[in-house]
Amino acid sequence: MSAYEAVIGLEVHAQLRTRTKIFCSCSTEFGREPNSNVCPVCTGMPGVLPVLNRRAVEYAVKMGLAVDCTVNPRSVFARKNYFYPDLPKAYQISQYELPLAEHGRLRIATNGDEKTIGITRIHMEEDAGKSIHSATENKSFVDLNRTGVPLIEIVSEPDLRSADEAVAYLKALRAILVYLEICDGNMEEGSFRCDANVSIRPKGALELGTRAELKNLNSFRHVHKAIEYEISRQAVLLVDGEKVTQETRLFDVDKGITVSMRGKEEAHDYRYFPDPDLVPLLIAPELLADMGRSIPELPQAREARFITEYGLPEAAAQTLTAEKDLADYFEAATRLYPEPQKVSNWILSDLLRELNQAKTAAVDSPLTPEHLAELLGMIDSGQISSRIAKQIFPDVFTTKASPQEIVERKGLAQISDTGTLEAVVDSILTANPKEVEAFKSGKTKLMGFFVGQVMRQTKGQANPDLVNKLIMEKLQ
Amino acid sequence: MSISTDDAAKVAGLARLNPAPEKITQFADQFNDILDYMQKLNELDTSGIEPLYTPVTHETVFRDDEVLKEYSREELLGNAPETDGNYFIVPRIVG
Repeated sequence: MSAYEAVIGLEVHAQLRTRTKIFCSCSTEFGREPNSNVCPVCTGMPGVLPVLNRRAVEYAVKMGLAVDCTVNPRSVFARKNYFYPDLPKAYQISQYELPLAEHGRLRIATNGDEKTIGITRIHMEEDAGKSIHSATENKSFVDLNRTGVPLIEIVSEPDLRSADEAVAYLKALRAILVYLEICDGNMEEGSFRCDANVSIRPKGALELGTRAELKNLNSFRHVHKAIEYEISRQAVLLVDGEKVTQETRLFDVDKGITVSMRGKEEAHDYRYFPDPDLVPLLIAPELLADMGRSIPELPQAREARFITEYGLPEAAAQTLTAEKDLADYFEAATRLYPEPQKVSNWILSDLLRELNQAKTAAVDSPLTPEHLAELLGMIDSGQISSRIAKQIFPDVFTTKASPQEIVERKGLAQISDTGTLEAVVDSILTANPKEVEAFKSGKTKLMGFFVGQVMRQTKGQANPDLVNKLIMEKLQ
Repeated sequence: MSISTDDAAKVAGLARLNPAPEKITQFADQFNDILDYMQKLNELDTSGIEPLYTPVTHETVFRDDEVLKEYSREELLGNAPETDGNYFIVPRIVG
């Protein structure tokens, strides 16, 4: 592979989180009974007219601005013609010559290297429905609930050079969509989808090689695997003196390879033309200004601020800001307990573990920022040890009870009473005369052994500082 | 520009039609008649004139993002040649 470099461009389809479809008033709610969110417009009945959803336009404009695109004051919807039963009009309403937004860019970082990826265009279009094919009968079953759900297609320049860069770009793009609250970013459910155009060329060459378009990439891991496989497949062809064919290839998840979709190529003549049912889309300067004002702090800016304002390491800042609600959680907890480093450590280790196990988003965490602040405060005041805090963390998470309540209920408060601890320390020292001798003759490492014994006997509830102090006093 | 019988056959193929060869010739001829007629328009000098995408002159029409359900599933599936009450059923498409 070293003699070649990969050239990758990505096409991302993001479902917009509007309540209704792009051209009709049907609900976009996911998971409803088949064909319950349909009407004459999205089923393609004759004589109906599409009417554009204002919110879908606003969301698309927001994304355009967030990735530094020029939002065109005038764009045009076009018909993309092809036959498939989940597209009942036999054309998809999309944009072609005059898209909503163009000439944007997105900064990515891979292994510490920063790079800017060009965004060619962002255009609006409608989603298609879904079909299920019968295995036994000559039948396909068509559900049009998704037909007409608003999408934006974000097309990158062929600026990406590796699978790592492609994944970094996708993650950055997804984070922005989620921060803008215009897309839920769910790859498995298909609200964030990606096709990859991959070609290779001799290192240093200017001319592009023949590309393959990869489909069925429904997780970041699949995107990475499929691109890596495709790069090596094409390199083998070129080394053997063969040619790469321009074609669409499906990623086979089980085998980890890409497979040609033969025979589909001739259908790629979409005969786009402007849709006479829709007037050109004019973006008023006021709408543009409103959308510009509504853009919140974006992930990369927030990550940078977390590093400067809270003094967090880059990796922590990156993980915390990757999801908006996790960053919000961190800031809420830090307001209540102003030690960002500690809050960050607890979130990254304990909270994320619980959230992942329960498959819950930070915004729905039963263990609230208030709970976390309370827990950390209890460690500081000596009421509980950090070991007990770690131990009850999952209890707070599952029961939603406050840490205080759980400590009281389970009798886990730290033993900071000198009299009580002294008795325990004495019994440990008496039971281990050999170790005491050794300690006195210089084996000070045994301190850990004594502390450990005391902690064991008190089930971790002894105040470790006090235990240390007491043992030292006794052994001096 | 002229349309050959191959072009006509390709367009027919894209529309999933399979006309008889003599029909293909006939359609290609008709295509060319239409294009010849449209050629008259090309005699006008349109340089510097913005392309007209629609003769409708009113501004962008927006709809508010509010859910409205005007027809039941039964009514919509009622137009389908075949349905099981849940899905539109079509001849199997190998996906």
